[in-house]
Amino acid sequence: MIKKISYALLLLCFVAAPWVGVYPVFVLKVMCFALFACAFNLLLGYTGLLSFGHAAFFGGAAYLAGYSMKAWNVTPELGLLIGVLAGAVIGLGVGLVAIRRQGIYFAMITLAIAQMLYFLWLQAPFTNGEDGLQGIPRGKLFGVLSLDSDLTLYYVALAIVVAAFLFIVRIVHSPFGQALKAIKENEPRAISLGYDVDRYKLTVFVLSAALAGLAGALKSLVLGFATLSDVHWTMSGSVVLMTLVGGLGTLAGPVIGAFVVITLENKLGDIGGWLAKLSGIDWFNTLGESVTMVTGVIFVVCVLSFRSGILGFFAEKLQARAARSR
Amino acid sequence: MDIGIPMPVLLTQLLLGLVNGSFYAVLSLGLAVIFGLLNVINFAHGALFMLGAILAWMGMDYLGLNYWVMLVAAPVVVGIVGVVIERTMLRRLYRLDHLYGFLLTLGLSFVIEGIFRSFYGVSGLPYPTPALLSGVTNLGFMVLPNYRAWVVVASLAICFSTWFLIEKTPLGATLRAATENPKMVECFGINVPLMVTLTYAFGVGLAALAGVMAAPIMQVSPLMGQNLIIVVFAVVVIGGMGSIMGSILTGLALGIIEGLTKVFYPEASATVVFVIMVVVLLFRPSGLFGSAK
Repeated sequence: MIKKISYALLLLCFVAAPWVGVYPVFVLKVMCFALFACAFNLLLGYTGLLSFGHAAFFGGAAYLAGYSMKAWNVTPELGLLIGVLAGAVIGLGVGLVAIRRQGIYFAMITLAIAQMLYFLWLQAPFTNGEDGLQGIPRGKLFGVLSLDSDLTLYYVALAIVVAAFLFIVRIVHSPFGQALKAIKENEPRAISLGYDVDRYKLTVFVLSAALAGLAGALKSLVLGFATLSDVHWTMSGSVVLMTLVGGLGTLAGPVIGAFVVITLENKLGDIGGWLAKLSGIDWFNTLGESVTMVTGVIFVVCVLSFRSGILGFFAEKLQARAARSR
Repeated sequence: MDIGIPMPVLLTQLLLGLVNGSFYAVLSLGLAVIFGLLNVINFAHGALFMLGAILAWMGMDYLGLNYWVMLVAAPVVVGIVGVVIERTMLRRLYRLDHLYGFLLTLGLSFVIEGIFRSFYGVSGLPYPTPALLSGVTNLGFMVLPNYRAWVVVASLAICFSTWFLIEKTPLGATLRAATENPKMVECFGINVPLMVTLTYAFGVGLAALAGVMAAPIMQVSPLMGQNLIIVVFAVVVIGGMGSIMGSILTGLALGIIEGLTKVFYPEASATVVFVIMVVVLLFRPSGLFGSAK
């Protein structure tokens, strides 16, 4: 019950945000990364696979969708579709290699392949190298609905993200999702129960990559650019952090995590200024330039003492209270 | 032999490759030693390599200490940093999934790089070649910069003495036993937690040593370890972490291959190691020297 109410509240927040003075493009950015983090969580939180190369799917899709919308003037829905396909195809390639090893090797392999793709994008002629793809047009949805207004784009994107979120919920609760859980809990046992573990892993890897591709393509559409930072490994690190902060293996956790991390990245300078005023320590004014350092500190704190994340923390509290009242 | 490329150019690139390969070897060796006992992939290895180089620069710039002093001092300081990291943080994660150790050290590398970035920016700091090793030796068929030769020889010496220490001495035997079964070794009265701490300190000390050696030839900058560490991960995947000698040989070989790629097909020089990794994974999933697990 509490769950349903909080989901409804979360959705209400997103629907109402532009009407209470929140800058729509900021929330749009949060939505793209929330979707990205949810896609990533499908892999880490529900299958126990740490992919450290998700930027390859996100950024690759951002480039290809952005390029097709800019150079070939395809409509946004086709651009997004191209992004999903790009994510899926790259994901299939990476997945086929990476699932040959387990555990921490899996993370290193995905990281290394993503780094290889990073250099390919850097050298590819159409990505404009360091400058990136700029000025990607928003176009008209299905050729009729112009997305130039931030508000229209906002609700279109919200619908897409909510649909993708529901799709992820469906995957997690399906028999397929239960098999994934079995693989996460005990892979050898899942094998001995007759599950073709590699096929399950590859399928969920491709699904996750395709959804990450959707997020990347949506990001290109919303912000109008695709750059090298989208394919850089720090982007993969970011998405791990979002998922970890929000709550690993919780459905809505990555959404909250994305909100926290994006807010931090954008507003760290303001927060630093406020802290400097509050404490009188001048050093805080430079906080805006030290995003990586603050990110690192959050990583360390989360791993050491906040492993269940924000949502996981509240879920534990709720459970403890329920247990006491029984 | 006529391959369309002048011999001196080829040999120079080969030497550059060998120098890079030496760094790969020392770094992947450290990773392998740490992984063996701690079951942690030390993402901070690149940042601590950078710390070694920057300490060398700081020692010269602020204290006037020369290269040779810092060659000893920097690894010791970084080793102490390693002790602190292991005692206060890593220790608390051994019972958990490997991925937490990976993520913790990733966070630490962000913190370390972030701190130095806020002081020194991202541009390179100049570090001179030590006077004793500046200059070149003319071998007749090529001109050999003394410092690069020193890096290769010193790295090889470090690698093989580490190999000897671990594979051929009683201390190494205890270490290998603790890797296999820490509880049993503890029963024999050996202080395994202390050994774990010192192993981590040793591994990161090696990274710092490589950093000091890299200072005169690479740009000393807070981000110098960042891309290197990913290549070293690929090296480790190719070699498999089971064998010390395996990681040394793989590191050297890949450095040479990378150097040759720069001569024959420069566009691929940044990606060749990763391509080799993919190919190796397709044919030998456990790595060239790795065991099945």
